[in-house]
Amino acid sequence: MRRTLFEGLTRRPLTEAPPSPDDAALAELAASLERAARRRLGRSLSIRQVDAGSCNGCELEIHALNNAFYDIERFGLRFVASPRHADVLLVTGPVTRNMREALERTYRATPDPKWVVAVGHCAADGGIFAGSYAVAGGVSAVVPVDLHIGGCPPSPLRLLQGLISLLEPGPASHNSLTAR
Amino acid sequence: MAPLTDIIPQGERVDRHRPCPRFVVTADAWQHTVSEIAAGRATLLGLWGDAAAAPTVHMAMIEDATGAMAVVSLACPDGKFPSVGALHPPAIRLERAIQSLYGFEPAAAPDLRPWLDLGFWDLRHPLGARTPAAAAQPPYPFLPVEGESLHRIPVGPVHAGIIEPGHFRFTAGGETIVRLEERLGYVHKGIESLMTGAPIARAARLAARTSGDSTVAYGIAFAHAVEAATSIDAPPRARYLRALMAELERLANHFGDIGAICNDASFSLMHAHCGILRELVLRAADGCFGHRLMMDRVVPGGVSADLRPDGAALIRDTLREIQRRFPRLVELYDNTASLQDRTAATGILQPELARQFGAPGYVGRASGRNFDARKTPGYAPYDRLEFTVPVLTAGDVDARVWIRIREVEQSMALIEQMLDRLPDGAIAIALDGTGEGGEGLGLAEGFRGDVLAWVRLDGPHVARCHLRDPSWFQWPLLEAAIEGNIVADFPLCNKSFNCSYSGHDL
Repeated sequence: MRRTLFEGLTRRPLTEAPPSPDDAALAELAASLERAARRRLGRSLSIRQVDAGSCNGCELEIHALNNAFYDIERFGLRFVASPRHADVLLVTGPVTRNMREALERTYRATPDPKWVVAVGHCAADGGIFAGSYAVAGGVSAVVPVDLHIGGCPPSPLRLLQGLISLLEPGPASHNSLTAR
Repeated sequence: MAPLTDIIPQGERVDRHRPCPRFVVTADAWQHTVSEIAAGRATLLGLWGDAAAAPTVHMAMIEDATGAMAVVSLACPDGKFPSVGALHPPAIRLERAIQSLYGFEPAAAPDLRPWLDLGFWDLRHPLGARTPAAAAQPPYPFLPVEGESLHRIPVGPVHAGIIEPGHFRFTAGGETIVRLEERLGYVHKGIESLMTGAPIARAARLAARTSGDSTVAYGIAFAHAVEAATSIDAPPRARYLRALMAELERLANHFGDIGAICNDASFSLMHAHCGILRELVLRAADGCFGHRLMMDRVVPGGVSADLRPDGAALIRDTLREIQRRFPRLVELYDNTASLQDRTAATGILQPELARQFGAPGYVGRASGRNFDARKTPGYAPYDRLEFTVPVLTAGDVDARVWIRIREVEQSMALIEQMLDRLPDGAIAIALDGTGEGGEGLGLAEGFRGDVLAWVRLDGPHVARCHLRDPSWFQWPLLEAAIEGNIVADFPLCNKSFNCSYSGHDL
């Protein structure tokens, strides 16, 4: 174990896009997110993930945000265990009828101001599962949604970009910051 | 030992059911078959309903040693069938699901509480008579637990983490769990209903989204079933590419699991390093097939994406990197006493239960069940590749970690062999489309265990499809394995099983 730990100190980190000026997307996103997060939320944004009926593909890629390559916590974004600690609900899946009430209660347990991010094609409109007797629809059929991140499932990079666009709205989603 | 068909006393063999026979049997023959399964002559593979033509229940079985499979079917015109669970407990949840989804009642069943139907749908028996739901369901009666100073801990469906939803009802005496009861169905999406009448291509996309972590395995199982029903063979190159994807999927999931199990013992160093290995595999998959999870790459008839020109080199580079990093992590796991203290002798699953339930995957193999669908019944290209199936008997969390470690090594060796021998040629053949409507059964070994798919085709459409996730025969065993352990060890035990919620709930 000592050798592994020692190497961790001496080797370059695997983390994507170290903050060098000539690096690609992630470094820029890191800088922009840091500014916005500091302005709006004191540099931190707590995320509660809710699987409302997903196939678990989206969860795998959300998990990946925590690995050494994406290291989401360096942006001040972190996953929390309780909706009562959260600023953002990250909701995946078509909302099944069996999960509808649980999602509503999770939403109500999250203090204001809060944002809801719907992750994946299914979360947008039910996706391939739309029309089933067991599916209520997309996330917006049950709770108000501030941002959709598409993909089946979205890659970790796309998830990062989406979370950042929640903080730095472009013209298309200008009103998405209205806290509820 | 007599062949498998000997345990099915009499029955009319159905035409065009492939690759194994299907027999329509009498209630007596059904009962006899169930008693033979309960006596251990064969392993239950699946039990499902069918309301397409007439109310029917189907039961699939396999002989572990030979891989011989069979399906027996019983018509139940009065909506009743003799309970399988009464003689063979692994069938209890399956027949509860049949009752909730079809409305067919397992006569003299030990448990008639609803399963999957949590009372939130507009209709009852969605795959059967589809009657409007009446008044609200009565509260779900959890099994009674009696004794002094016991307390209950309800957990879920929303869990504290990036996890799928399900409800766990713990009853504990002090710190010790005396009973865990699971209640699942929260992510039931009605996949089998959506498949009914769907074109084969759409049904394949649904199958690929039954459990996202096993999307390749589901793709293969569904393709096997459709190809059996239509009597076609995917080209050799497609078979190799499927297996290549399946082994990449296994690697990615095993790395994720090994790290996550250690993380649940608060050993985050392993989690961080295993997360790196998982990411490397997903990136290789993306570079080779254009999708990190390789979703929709396996299709009936072959595969939809060929290995990209630089794919083989990319995979070889990734394997080299894994070979450089992984052995040291194994050593770290093996030599960290504080970690072993948590995993060894925790959550023991008795081999007898693993055998009875036909426990799939690493859950079974860590408890002495020597079964792997890649070997028995086996399918191309594994029949031409060299690999061993690791088996241990300790049955604890530690054994389930070691099975995964050994399987990682085997998968890497398999990938090397496949890259060396990858045949040229077509990657898919067209499905005929207008066949006379055959039936097919398919089995594929995913990282979690064997996935079963059964289809009846109606020309280019799916008339009926049933998918059975390995988790069906693992979730109940988690309840058994956790008994007598402390509440704080539940995450560790749960992660070492890593059952699928979505795959189970359908």
